[in-house]
Amino acid sequence: MHSNKIIEVNNVVTQFGKNLVHDGINLHVNEGEIYGFLGPSGCGKTTLLREIIMLENFKSGSIELLGQKIETVGMREAQRLRMQWGVLFQSNALFTSLTVAENIALSLQEYTNLSPEAINDIVAFKIDIVGLNQFDGTLYPSEISGGMKKKAALARSLVMDPKILFLDEPTSGLDPISAREFDTLIVKLRDLLNLTVVMVSHDLTSISNTLDRMAVIDNKKIVAEGSLEEIKKIKSPFIERFFSNKRERI
Amino acid sequence: MAAKVKVGLLVILEGEVATYKIQGSPTVQRLSIIEKQLHASTDNVKAKSIVWDLSELESMDSALALLIAKSIENAQNSDKEVVLSAMQHDVEKMLHMAQEHAHFGTHFKPAKEGILHAVGVDSADRVTKFLDFLSFFGQMSVIFFGSFFHLLHIRWKEMTFEIYESGIKALPIIMLTMFLIGVVVAYQSAAQLKLYGANIFIVDMLGISILRELAPMLAAIIVAGRSGSSYAAQIGVMKITEELDAMRTMGFDPYAFLVIPRMLALVIMMPILIFFADIAGIIGGMLIAKVDLGLSTTIFMERFVEVVKVKHFWIGLLKGPFFAMLIATIGIYRGLQVKNDTQSIGFNTTKAVVESIFAVIICDAFFSIVFTNLGY
Repeated sequence: MHSNKIIEVNNVVTQFGKNLVHDGINLHVNEGEIYGFLGPSGCGKTTLLREIIMLENFKSGSIELLGQKIETVGMREAQRLRMQWGVLFQSNALFTSLTVAENIALSLQEYTNLSPEAINDIVAFKIDIVGLNQFDGTLYPSEISGGMKKKAALARSLVMDPKILFLDEPTSGLDPISAREFDTLIVKLRDLLNLTVVMVSHDLTSISNTLDRMAVIDNKKIVAEGSLEEIKKIKSPFIERFFSNKRERI
Repeated sequence: MAAKVKVGLLVILEGEVATYKIQGSPTVQRLSIIEKQLHASTDNVKAKSIVWDLSELESMDSALALLIAKSIENAQNSDKEVVLSAMQHDVEKMLHMAQEHAHFGTHFKPAKEGILHAVGVDSADRVTKFLDFLSFFGQMSVIFFGSFFHLLHIRWKEMTFEIYESGIKALPIIMLTMFLIGVVVAYQSAAQLKLYGANIFIVDMLGISILRELAPMLAAIIVAGRSGSSYAAQIGVMKITEELDAMRTMGFDPYAFLVIPRMLALVIMMPILIFFADIAGIIGGMLIAKVDLGLSTTIFMERFVEVVKVKHFWIGLLKGPFFAMLIATIGIYRGLQVKNDTQSIGFNTTKAVVESIFAVIICDAFFSIVFTNLGY
C-alpha cells in the first residue's frame, strides 16, 4: 500500500480560556488506514477530531486535509471538503423528526439532482451494507435500538461515498456483541469502499481488532504514534495502565 | 487530477448492439447527468444486446455502481443480452458489491391508511389525551392541596427561585405593557367622551375595566408566554435527557421537585403582578386624562375613590391564583407530553402557550358570568 498522507496535523495548539488542551500535536493519517486517537479521558481526543472536521478552532498550528489547509480554507473549498467526509457522532445525532431513510437520503436530496427512485436505491443499498433491514428505514430514530441507531448514523455518514470516515467512540454504549459486529463492519467497509477511517476509541478490543495505526495523546502531547505493537513498547504511565487492563479481553 | 473529461454517458449503436461508455469520473454529486442520459437511451434504444464498456473507468463510487447494476438488471429482465467489458479491479469489486447489496425499487413510505382509519385513530387519541390530562390534573391537585398540610415538604429554595424567575422578572414588562394599555384605552375613549362632554366618566370606565378585567388578563397572558413556555421546554428537555427518570429512581418525586414549586410560585406571584399591573394601567389612564381631557390628578383620584368600588379590585386579584393554576398546570403537562424527539419540544411549547392563554380567557369569561349573576 502506498502511503499517501490524507490528513496531516502539524504543531496544533488548543486553548480554552486558561486551559491548555493541546500543546503542539503532530500526527498524520495515511490513505486507506484505520487510525485511532487514544488517551485518558479529558485529554482532548474528541476536541482534536472536532478540529479536523472544522467544528472547533485551534489556536495555532496547521491541519491539512486532502491537500487543503483547513485554517485558511475558503467557504467553497470547505464545503467541498465536507462532501468528502462522513462523521458518526458519539450520540449518533440522527435527526429525530425524520425517519431513518429520510435521514440517510437528506444529503442526496440536498446536493444531487437524482430522481427519487435512484435516491431510494442508494438509501436501500447503504441500509443493506451497514446491516439493517429495509423495513428499519421507515422507522423513526426513537423507535429503534441503540445499536441500530449507530448503524443508521453510519449509513447516513456513508451516503455520499466519502473518502474519510470520522467516528467518535463508535462502540461506546453498545453491548459487546454489537460492538464486535461494528468492528467487523468498519473493517469490511474500509475494504469495500476504500475508506480512510479516523476514530476516537476507548474500547481495547475494538482498538486491537480494527486499528492499523494510532496516536496516544497524554499531557497535551502525542506520547506515541504507530501500530499497536510499536505503541506497547513505549514507556508511558498511561500506555502501561491502559494496556495492562485485562478485564475486557476474554 | 488527470485530464478533465466532461462527465457523461456515451451510447454507440451498431445494428442490434448498444455500447454504453462512462466518460469522466462521475461522483454522486454529478451522477444525475448520467442518470438522465441513461433513462433517455433506454427509452429510445431498441437494441437486443447491451455492452457496458467500463474498461477505461479508473474508479467508481457506489452510487454509479448502483445505477449500472440497476440498468443491467432491467435489461436482463426484458430479455436483452448484457455483456460486461473487462474492468479494473476496484471498479469490478464495486459493481459486484452493488449487485450483492442492492434492493431496487424499495420505497420507504409507510402504507397509507384510509380516512376512516385516520378519524378513528385521531378520536381514540383525543379521548386518551383528555383522560391523561384529567389524571394529571388529579395528581397535581392531590399533591398541591396536600402540600398545604405538609409545609415542610415544600422545596422552599426552588420556589423562591421560581418566584424570582417567573414573577419578579416579569414585573417590568407587565407594568410597561399595562401602562401602555392604560394610555391606549384612555386615549380612544377620551375622543368619544369628549363628544358628550362626559369627561369625568373616564375614571369610572378605566377603573372598572382595568381593575376587573384588563390587568388580570394581561398579566396572565404575559406570564403564560414567559413562564408557561419555559416550563414546557425545560421539563420537556429533562424528559428527553432522562433527568426525570433519574429523579424517579433516586426517589425524588418529580411532582414535588418540579411541579409544586412552580405552581406555588405562580399562585403567590400572580395577584402581586396583577396589583402592580393595576397601578401601571391607572397611571397610564390618568396621564391621558390630564393631557387630553384636562382632568387633574386630584379630581381623578377623588372621583376614583367615589365611584370605583373596592370589590372590583378584589375580584381582579382573586382571578390571579386561578389563572396561575391553569398556566402552571398546562405548561408542565405539555412538558411531560414531550416525546423522544426534538420536534415535539417545539410543538408542545407552542401548545402550552396557546392552550394556557385560551384557558385563561375561558376562565375569565366564566368568572364574569358568575360574579355578575351573584350581583358583584
